[in-house]
Amino acid sequence: MAGKSATADHHDHPTGLKRYLFSTNHKDIGTLYLIFALIGGIIGGLLSIGMRMELQHPGMQIFSDPHMFNVFTTAHGLIMVFFMIMPSLFGGFGNWIVPLQIGAPDMAFPRLNNISFWLLPPAFTLLLMSLFVPGPPGGDGVGGGWTVYAPLSTSGSPGPAMDFAILSLHLAGASSILSAINFITTIFNMRAPGMTLHKMPLFVWSILVTAFLLLLALPVLAGAITMLLTDRNFGTTFFDAAGGGDPLLFQHLFWFFGHPEVYIIILPAFGLISHVISTFSNKPIFGYLGMAYAMAAIGAVGFVVWAHHMYTAGISLNTQAYFVAATMVIAVPTGVKIFSWIATMWGGSIVFKTPMLWAFGFIFLFTLGGVTGVVLANAGVDRAMHDTYYVVAHFHYVLSLGATFGLFAGWYYWFPKITGYMYSEFVGKLHFWVSFIGVNLVFFPQHFLGLAGMPRRYADYPDAFAGWNYVSSVGSYISGFGVLIFLFGVFLAFQRKEKAAGNPWGEGATTLEWTLSSPPPFHQYEQLPRIK
Amino acid sequence: MGKIAKDMTGTSRKKTTNAMETMSRQRRHFAVAIAMGGLAVGMVGLSYAAVPLYQLFCQVTGYGGTTQRAEQAPDAILDRKMIVRFDANVSRDMGWAFKPVQRSLEMKIGESMLAHYEAKNVSGTKVTGTATFNVTPVAAGQYFNKLECFCFTEQTLEPGARVDMPVTFFVDPEIVNDPEARNIQEITLSYTFFPVKEEPEVASTENSAPRPDGT
Repeated sequence: MAGKSATADHHDHPTGLKRYLFSTNHKDIGTLYLIFALIGGIIGGLLSIGMRMELQHPGMQIFSDPHMFNVFTTAHGLIMVFFMIMPSLFGGFGNWIVPLQIGAPDMAFPRLNNISFWLLPPAFTLLLMSLFVPGPPGGDGVGGGWTVYAPLSTSGSPGPAMDFAILSLHLAGASSILSAINFITTIFNMRAPGMTLHKMPLFVWSILVTAFLLLLALPVLAGAITMLLTDRNFGTTFFDAAGGGDPLLFQHLFWFFGHPEVYIIILPAFGLISHVISTFSNKPIFGYLGMAYAMAAIGAVGFVVWAHHMYTAGISLNTQAYFVAATMVIAVPTGVKIFSWIATMWGGSIVFKTPMLWAFGFIFLFTLGGVTGVVLANAGVDRAMHDTYYVVAHFHYVLSLGATFGLFAGWYYWFPKITGYMYSEFVGKLHFWVSFIGVNLVFFPQHFLGLAGMPRRYADYPDAFAGWNYVSSVGSYISGFGVLIFLFGVFLAFQRKEKAAGNPWGEGATTLEWTLSSPPPFHQYEQLPRIK
Repeated sequence: MGKIAKDMTGTSRKKTTNAMETMSRQRRHFAVAIAMGGLAVGMVGLSYAAVPLYQLFCQVTGYGGTTQRAEQAPDAILDRKMIVRFDANVSRDMGWAFKPVQRSLEMKIGESMLAHYEAKNVSGTKVTGTATFNVTPVAAGQYFNKLECFCFTEQTLEPGARVDMPVTFFVDPEIVNDPEARNIQEITLSYTFFPVKEEPEVASTENSAPRPDGT
């Protein structure tokens, strides 16, 4: 009886499997997201190394069937987007840090939070299962790319693999929509007294904008892939010209989701980079309001530029002109962010701790990818570049490198807060340099390959492209080695158990999470903090 | 209610205020959540609304080379020539031979013309087909008008039967005022015949179980 009344007054603190399976605690759920993303990232990364092994030399190396290469490409893309970057930046850091930064005890809907996370493992399982069931005639898995364009994904891939992938995306999408609702409610209703929207930390701003993007974009994907599903199985003809449908409509629907999706991926990184740079420059962020509204602007404009992915799909000259202009407009708020980060560092007393190195890497790589993005925004240039490795290089510089470097900046920045242990500076810096060299070796040569006309999504290529492909493959092994260093660093930190202070970064770290112990108590802010 | 009353008599009034705060907070949470959930559901609805809207958009703007339908020929005939070429395709799973009788026609802009296609059922079964169509360059779609067309209705052919398929059309003189379309010298009119889905679906390779919708 005594135990029962104790649970009534204080929240239970369950342990073991039950703690995580039934967890309603934002920190535990955040941890689950991070672990999940780690697994997703390793699987997705292994797939990409498989692709680079195939492309290391002309001719077929490790795959007997070129379709298998396309399956690897597709799975790599889907896993990295839905099961690595989104669960880590939005799900993981969002859950861990947003309530801490706004001074809230937990999320608004803790149980919804639990569902949001636990929808992901089944979604991931479905996607992995799709690799092993028949797709197109004579092959297993989905080979249509992450864009799953009709009719390749309808009549071109009759086996159940595509259905598995579609249902996987449904679940992942439902998970993200629920957590987006949760974040918006939390951020609107649960900020500590005195914390107005204009005093909210930039990471919270980034999560708020991202949540709105998810809420507006993901349902469109859900609708589009539901149409795919019924086209495939129930005789509808949304995308089938034979029944009056139009396959081009799928591209419009997909990219209406797909373009905001790239901002969903990168915005949380934008948010956390601001904290890292401000902390290690020992200065408040330059142009706070501009930074916040730049993110909102990027999110808003991101919804009206989707057809720049479809320049070669037969859209009229005037339409192309509009989409070129609208796309280039996005460079303006992005430029505001880049310059504000640089201005934050300007005149600051910069400390080169590991998170700051990753933040530097982020700015460098993201800007490079942004510049090639402005190149590709031109419909005329895109005629030549469309579906070449130039595009691959571009979106990996912004998403793969930009987002992951942001992710690792956040990882090293909040690792002491989340685990309570300090990481090894040496291993962290080694991880950075090996990764930085590795990823640039992978993707920079791909610009040359693309300019020379090498198309993407092929398992083989003419001998003329052999040199830079070899360099690119070597780079991917170096990056893979970087991941091993990262895992070793995590292992080392847990093994050394060097206790981290509540605020290990000094006076530059001004947000609320640093006022708590490391790791924070299971339930924080019994007295809500007041913001002046 | 009883519980709250008991609290009142018990420790303090503080607990009641806490309970009321919790309730109003819950209400605020649900208000936001329902609004946001509604937004998400609305977006799903919009994605489905995009299907008819996209069709409407194509019909109105001639987007993607969608041709127009007219009731009568225009009054004005310009003294400018236009070549119209004819293209015919048949879906892979349809046992029809389908070709234009004439490869191209020269006509004046604004003039009504009659062209013929010819279809023959070379399969052993009765086949009903319907045609999709467009013109290229796509910018001409808005100005390419059909008065009569076999593509307006479904066509049924008995095995071995042959049919002549006429189409009457004109090019709207307005085309010369459109900066995107005024330099067009040649328009290609293209048709693709598809079987109407009541025959067993050949496209699906799964041992063709009957489609659940049965149409």
